[in-house]
Amino acid sequence: MGEIIAEMFSAPVLVRALIVGVLVSLCAALLGVSLVLKRYSMIGDGLSHVGFGALAVATVMNLAPMAVAIPVVILAAFLLLRLSSNGKIKGDAAIALISTSALAIGVMAVSMSSGMNVDINSYLFGSIISVSGGDVVISVILALAVLLMFVFFYTKIFAITFDESFAKATGTNANLYNMLIALLTAVTIVIGMRLMGSMLISSLIIFPALCSMRVFRSFKSVTICSAVISVATFVIGMFISYIADTPCGASIVCVNIVFFVIFFVIGAVMSRSRKA
Amino acid sequence: MALIKTENLTLSYENMTVIKDMSFEVNSGDYLCIVGENGSGKSTLVKALLSLKKPVDGSITFGDGLLRREIGYLPQQTNAQRDFPASVSEVVISGCLNSRGIRPFYSPREREIAAENMERLGITELKKRSYRDLSGGQQQRVLLARALCATKKLLLLDEPVSGLDPMVTAELYELISSINKSGVTVIMVTHDMSAALNYASHVLCMTEDNWFFGSLDDFVASDAAAFMKGGAVRG
Repeated sequence: MGEIIAEMFSAPVLVRALIVGVLVSLCAALLGVSLVLKRYSMIGDGLSHVGFGALAVATVMNLAPMAVAIPVVILAAFLLLRLSSNGKIKGDAAIALISTSALAIGVMAVSMSSGMNVDINSYLFGSIISVSGGDVVISVILALAVLLMFVFFYTKIFAITFDESFAKATGTNANLYNMLIALLTAVTIVIGMRLMGSMLISSLIIFPALCSMRVFRSFKSVTICSAVISVATFVIGMFISYIADTPCGASIVCVNIVFFVIFFVIGAVMSRSRKA
Repeated sequence: MALIKTENLTLSYENMTVIKDMSFEVNSGDYLCIVGENGSGKSTLVKALLSLKKPVDGSITFGDGLLRREIGYLPQQTNAQRDFPASVSEVVISGCLNSRGIRPFYSPREREIAAENMERLGITELKKRSYRDLSGGQQQRVLLARALCATKKLLLLDEPVSGLDPMVTAELYELISSINKSGVTVIMVTHDMSAALNYASHVLCMTEDNWFFGSLDDFVASDAAAFMKGGAVRG
C-alpha cells in the first residue's frame, strides 16, 4: 500500500492531478450545497456541456482551450441564471436547450477537423494527463476564492439559499450573490472538466450535497460534511483508478455512488429510530 | 406621522396596470388586513412595500424612522424550503442579517435577539431541531421569529396560514394578534375574510379594478364588504 502511494507521488502528472482534483472537489462541494438546495443542480450539468462545446471549438481553431472555455461558460452561467429566474422559457427546458446545442456544436467542430488528432474521449470522460501546470495555478486561486467567499459570506449564502425573497426584502443583494455563485461554479466546472470529463463533472457538485443531506440536519453540518465527502471520494477514486487502471472520472463517480448508498441507509435508519 | 403612506400609487405587473391611484396609510400599532381576489395585485403591492418593485406612478413614504430594510417579512413558503436542512436557530438568526453590513459572523448581541424571539414564540425547545422535521405551524412560528429579528416596528405577512389546519391557524392568529398588541404594526395579506373581521383594525380590500381602504367599521358598512361576501361572516 505504502509503496503504491509513494509510486503515485513520484509521478508529477499524478501529483498535479491530485492537487487540482482535491481543490476542485472542495469548491464543487461547497457550491453544490447551495446549488442543490436552490434546485439549480442541472445548471452544473448544462454548464459542463457548454464547456465541452467551447473546448472542442477552441482546439479545432487552435486557440488556448482554457482562455476560450472559461469566459464562454461564465457567460452561459449568467444566461442560465437569468432564464431560470425570468421564466419565459422554464429553467429546466432552457438548460436542456443550451446544453444539447453546445454539445452538438462541439461534435460538429470535432468532426470537421477530422485530420487533426482530437481525442474526443478525453473531453467527454476526462483524463489525468490533460491537467497542466497552468491548471494547478488556476485551481489554487479558485479554491482560495471559493473558500474565502464561503467563510466571509457564509451567513448571507445561507440566507439567500434558504429564502431569497426574505433576504431581498431585508436588503441583501441576492442577485449579486447568485451571480458570484454562478461565476465560481462556471470556473470550477471548466477546471474540473479536464480531469472528470464533461459528462461526469456535475457529479462532484451534486453527490456530496445529496449524501450529507441524508444524514445531517443543519446547514453548517451539511456544508462541512459535503466538503469532507467530496475530498475523500476524490482521493479514494483516484487511488482505485491508479491501481485498477480504470478511468479516473468514472472511478470517482462510482465511489460517490457507494457513499450515497451508505448515507442513504444511515439516513433511513436514523429517521426510523427518530420516529420510534 | 404615518409609518407607511402611499399616495396615488400605481403599480404594474408584466406591463399591465394592476393597481391604480391607490392611497392609504398605516400608523404605528395598526393591524391592516389586505384582502382581495386572486390577480387583484396583492403580491405586487407587497413587493412594492418591500421596495422590490418600483411604482409606475405615485409614492410610498416611510415615516417614524422606519428604514426600508427594517420590515419583518414573512413570505409564502416555497417547496424547496419544506425539506431544507437547517436548524431552527440558524433560520431564526438569519433575520438579523439586515442590520449587520458586511461582517462575516453573528455577534453575541444578535444571538441574544434570536434567543429572545424564539422564547417569545415558544420555540426555544425546538432550537436544535431541523426545520424540515417541524410541522407546518411550527415552521411558521420559526419564520415569524426570524421576521421579528429583522424588525421592531413592522411585520408584513403574506398569507401566513395557507396550508395550516384550523386549530393551528387559530393559534397563529392569536400569536400575531398578541405581537400586534405588544406594539408591532402588522400588515397581513390574507384570503381569510373572517380573520380580517376578527383581528384587523383597518382593511384594504382589492378587486380587479377597484380598491377600498378604511377602518374595520367603515369596511363592514361599505359596499366592498358586501362584494366580498363568500367568507364575510362576522365571528
